[in-house]
Amino acid sequence: MATGTTMTSNTASNMAGDTLLKVEHLSMKFGGLMAINDFSFEARRGDITALIGPNGAGKTTVFNCITGFYKPTMGMITMRQKNGEEHLLERLPDFDITKKAKVARTFQNIRLFSGLTVLENLLVAQHNVLMKASGFTILGLLGLPAYRTAAADAIEKARYWLEKADLIDRADDPAGDLSYGAQRRLEIARAMCTGPELLCLDEPAAGLNPKESLTLNALLRGIRDEGTSLLLIEHDMSVVMEISDHVVVLEYGQKISDGTPDHVKNDPKVIAAYLGVEDDEVEEIEEKLDKGVIEEGTV
Amino acid sequence: MTTQLEKNEPGLMAKAVKEGVFAGLIAFGMFLLFVGIETYQDINNQLVWRTRWGLLAIFVAIAAIGRFLTVGFIKPHLDSRKLAKAKSGVLEISDQKSFFHKHFLKIALLFLVCYPFLAMLIFGRQGSLKYVDNFGIQILIYVMLAWGLNIVVGLAGLLDLGYVAFYAVGAYSYALLSANFGFSFWLLLPLAGILAGFWGIILGFPVLRLRGDYLAIVTLAFGEIIRLVLINWTDVTRGTFGISGIAKASFFGIWSFDVGAANNFNKAWGLPSSSVYYKIFLFYVILALCLLTAYVTIRLRRMPIGRAWEALREDEIACRSLGINTVMTKLTAFATGAMFGGFAGSFFAARQGFVSPESFVFLESAVILAIVVLGGMGSLTGIAIAAVVMVGGTELLREMEFLKHVFGPDFTPELYRMLLFGLAMIIVMLFKPRGFVGSREPTAFLKERKAVSGSFTKEGHG
Repeated sequence: MATGTTMTSNTASNMAGDTLLKVEHLSMKFGGLMAINDFSFEARRGDITALIGPNGAGKTTVFNCITGFYKPTMGMITMRQKNGEEHLLERLPDFDITKKAKVARTFQNIRLFSGLTVLENLLVAQHNVLMKASGFTILGLLGLPAYRTAAADAIEKARYWLEKADLIDRADDPAGDLSYGAQRRLEIARAMCTGPELLCLDEPAAGLNPKESLTLNALLRGIRDEGTSLLLIEHDMSVVMEISDHVVVLEYGQKISDGTPDHVKNDPKVIAAYLGVEDDEVEEIEEKLDKGVIEEGTV
Repeated sequence: MTTQLEKNEPGLMAKAVKEGVFAGLIAFGMFLLFVGIETYQDINNQLVWRTRWGLLAIFVAIAAIGRFLTVGFIKPHLDSRKLAKAKSGVLEISDQKSFFHKHFLKIALLFLVCYPFLAMLIFGRQGSLKYVDNFGIQILIYVMLAWGLNIVVGLAGLLDLGYVAFYAVGAYSYALLSANFGFSFWLLLPLAGILAGFWGIILGFPVLRLRGDYLAIVTLAFGEIIRLVLINWTDVTRGTFGISGIAKASFFGIWSFDVGAANNFNKAWGLPSSSVYYKIFLFYVILALCLLTAYVTIRLRRMPIGRAWEALREDEIACRSLGINTVMTKLTAFATGAMFGGFAGSFFAARQGFVSPESFVFLESAVILAIVVLGGMGSLTGIAIAAVVMVGGTELLREMEFLKHVFGPDFTPELYRMLLFGLAMIIVMLFKPRGFVGSREPTAFLKERKAVSGSFTKEGHG
């Protein structure tokens, strides 16, 4: 199955701005409930793409489909890597999506290894690299130097991300001992240690105070500038409007708007979705705004 | 501080008396029928009853006075000590560790290496047999089993109630292959481990998609299946009769411990004929096997696979989000644990010279699991201490002859071992809910190695 999912395209373009993740006609059905209905969007390389929408719109479901925790009922999710390799994410098992397709994620309710230290959390994230270096444990058990250098490199990589996430002083403390904001940053640092090309963040700013939000923004921008694209779900509009390059709005499992933050901010459908205007009123507003001026996403 | 206590004194005494009387009343109600009344058969085989008011009074008095003393004196005393400590500003953590505490592992290892000779020196050649065999070897077998199960339960967080199945696979592998093909112990020891590990994988494939309670039940069933197969497949296993006359282990093929053999160990070294030398040899074999288990566990914990096991215990979903193949990780944990169970099993068969399904009942699994939990999941030192307490404790009960003077001549302390077992476990879990060693050693560090408190680690969900 793995061979069928990998297609190497000849035109390996490393340019920023090309399509990294392409979601086409994604649908997810839970029993009789259509959680996502024919949802399509693209995330470009080097962008911070935000997925927003009211509660229950299906944002996390989209995330779980992309990262393999759900198998979508219909649709195709294509991940195109820097080296031109393409993976169809809906066909990969969840761990291979991180391992092979290089898509990492964080969770809405933080999922750290609370009994392991901060450093160990980051080392677990480098599992696949270290497994290979240790000859799938057998060579490592014999104490060969190749594994020792790999282990030292892994600690260096962890140190780098600890410094980025401002956690270097807490490196030897249990992850469960960190404050909420620090746990959020650690989860992001841990995901980055898997070496992803696309990082999916599920509400990274939830529960953070304004100051912590600002440091988070800086961290996310830093990650983007190093060449990892981001896809994030967020409720905090100050974060979304501040850092994202591209915003997709979801309501009742359907896309209602897609564009730059400014475009989305002024989209009457988005305003209606968030403020709860009646449907006929939406039409009224649309008429007033002169239909042709605002390009709406496909509904 | 003392003035404060004195101020509380009158109210405290009244409270202590009240609680004492109350405890006495409860004890009276509880023990009235159990202790106060005894039934027995008289000479005509009729069931009659008599009262034991004296004994009941003792029970009630112990409860009442004990409660009175606890509330009135012991608790205030402990509180005042705690307060004094808090005032002096000395935290318990910052206390200097004693020499014994710091070098505990080295001292323990040195003691174990010298143990058989110490026993021989003190109790003589035949007298030491009991101490080397019943205490030494018996405890070390359980240490090894518990360390093996620790990989599955303590590190990977998979609750395995059928661990004894792998022990049985190891024991029967040795018994059958040595009886039918005449292979030696040193060839069959690794083979038994590999076979048990293989069974671990076979069991693991269908089972490891289950979690928590469901996994526990299926592993329990697997343990029973293996035992029932051993009982009913009489052509091969000879059923409940078991397999006897299993070959002894040899000294790496150089010397034999068989009495009739030409290269008999005792003859070659000019020693008087006694089975104690074989037992001492076995003691060192199982000690070496235990050390191997500990070494592999310690090394594996610092490898990516060991970290993945612990991460799996903490959060399986997060593991999958980091690209860890959880099925393979669980399987390796299961197979590694099973392999050590198989080693221990083949050693058990060689030591016993006899195996039967009787040795592999569910109770064994429960005892091994209890040792792991009591010791503190994941901690090798804690588990070793727990094995000494649990297995050594039961052996020690056989020695408690003086209890007969207290409870009468027909009192057999061994029969109460399960009762005492349960009591000991409840007490330990009350005072040390995370086991003897609740904290966990991190596998890597940047600046200093700080133990992780047990309150952060999770037990795993299967």
